[in-house]
Amino acid sequence: MAVIFQKTKGLTDCETHYCPGCTHGIVHRLVAECLEELGVLGKTVGVCPVGCAVMAYDYFNCDMVEAPHGRAPAVATGIKRVQPGNVVFTYQGDGDLAAIGTAETIHAATRGENITVIFINNAIYGMTGGQMAPTTLPGQVTQTTPYGRDTGYSGFPVKVCELLQNVDGVAFAERTAVNTVAHIRQAKAAIKKAFTCQLEGRGFSIVEVLSTCPTNWGMTPVEALGWVEEKMIPYYPLGNFADRDVHRKPEGENV
Amino acid sequence: MSQKYLMKGNEALAEAAIRAHCRHFFGYPITPQTEVAAYMAKRMPKIGGTYLQAESEVAAINMVLGAASAGARAMTSSSSPGISLKTEGISYIAASDLPALIINVMRGGPGLGGIQPSQSDYWQATRAPGHGDAQLLVYAPSSVQEMVDLVIRAFETGEKYRCPAMLLADGMLGQMMEPVSFPDEIALPASKPWALTGTGEKRRPNIINSLYLTPSQLEEIVRKRFERYELIKQNEVLWDSYRLEDAEYMVVAYGATARICKAAVEIAREMGVKAGLFRPVTLWPYPTSQLAECAKKVSRILCVEMSMGQMVDDVRLAVNGTCPVSFYGRTGGIVPTPEEIAQQITALAAAKA
Repeated sequence: MAVIFQKTKGLTDCETHYCPGCTHGIVHRLVAECLEELGVLGKTVGVCPVGCAVMAYDYFNCDMVEAPHGRAPAVATGIKRVQPGNVVFTYQGDGDLAAIGTAETIHAATRGENITVIFINNAIYGMTGGQMAPTTLPGQVTQTTPYGRDTGYSGFPVKVCELLQNVDGVAFAERTAVNTVAHIRQAKAAIKKAFTCQLEGRGFSIVEVLSTCPTNWGMTPVEALGWVEEKMIPYYPLGNFADRDVHRKPEGENV
Repeated sequence: MSQKYLMKGNEALAEAAIRAHCRHFFGYPITPQTEVAAYMAKRMPKIGGTYLQAESEVAAINMVLGAASAGARAMTSSSSPGISLKTEGISYIAASDLPALIINVMRGGPGLGGIQPSQSDYWQATRAPGHGDAQLLVYAPSSVQEMVDLVIRAFETGEKYRCPAMLLADGMLGQMMEPVSFPDEIALPASKPWALTGTGEKRRPNIINSLYLTPSQLEEIVRKRFERYELIKQNEVLWDSYRLEDAEYMVVAYGATARICKAAVEIAREMGVKAGLFRPVTLWPYPTSQLAECAKKVSRILCVEMSMGQMVDDVRLAVNGTCPVSFYGRTGGIVPTPEEIAQQITALAAAKA
């Protein structure tokens, strides 16, 4: 019997712990499929965040390390500097990447560190039960903004791709979503391009993925997908923010 | 081993690390350790190594975590306030069973403190190098030559037991120049089958992690690590002594203070007081039983530190009440003179008489 579809080799058989309707599972699969299709699964090292994806080391079928909260780009830097020929990626949420790890993110980007960052933006802290994230939308109700995020008091959301667009070391930055089939296909293309960018030694690459958190948003999975379309995309427009060669010296030239 | 070089402590320890096959250094400038970074920045590019200036001490220690997990012999260096920032990463490195070398060229504290020599990070290094149940190997050199020797030993011992190691020096040792020599040949690191090198699709993925959500599993992991710590305590203690054979009064000191105490012992002896010196070289594991044994032969102990009294806790624990223990310390970056220490020793003798 002909096999017409099978699960990607990039994921293990381990059952994930993600809540029903959460889109982490989709993004895991996209990343894993890209690694498999590019033929680099055997030379990939992934870095897990602290947050909902903290246990991703059990799900990706490649060598994995767990980083302290926000430090994944620094950990990835250490790995990449030891093994420039390997593919190194981080998988981080909004609190990890855009709050506690802002410095590590921006400086890995300024160095043009030849790594790929998968950034899950779901506008909330999921793992700790739904507190305000750096990406929480104005007016959005969370456990720590019970009356809605008041930008006069709690400040404004961080637009990561817009911020990194102006950083010279960034070779590739794209914001995507996974709330519709069309967006999922675009997200996969962007992730593949980001890894390709790394394989070509072009510099820092990041793919932001607008993701859902039905549990902490207090919505059904379908409502959550709609909320991404109606609320998140208008604030966080999808599209490419950088696609260039940052003209890093080839690995090793400096040494 | 024959060739002698006149080198600053900070530069000698950096050269020793390079000769010990370390090719990955991640740092952040801070006085008084900056020469380590400067030396690495100059040397590493010439020998195919990596010197990378991180955006913070926090990032630097996490780069070390990454490089160590990829199997490299990796290190960072800093001074007291910078080490406080590294403690997060040190805890994760210890919890992930990774070897790595952390240099602390201590300066006066707390807070921003000062930039002169101090030994006030003893508690931090030996008691709480980060959160959680964990220890660091802690080596305390007292000469530039020992900085060389202990850097090599720290790498090798850390890798043997898969745990991080710290060289706890101070601004005086870091800045002083002395003749040093380097071993002709240093063994290459053993292979690390646990390292993250990519599976090559030939083996199961390696995972380096410190998260265990099931309490019984976490307890088991911590207990196993402590079994390794027991082996370290049995096998890796280092200490030294000076004129203890016939001593009635024992001075206990480490690092730069120990060499000043040597001179103080001489002065005391010239004044007719039989003094000797016990010098812990490893601060963790602490030479507890060795010190207890030496304590049996003396009537009084004086612990001297450039702090308000931190190692003296370990001296009292070792001696366990069998011999009176006094303390003398200077802090804030003040280095005690041999004369003031000798005065303390002779005062002890006078009090006893």
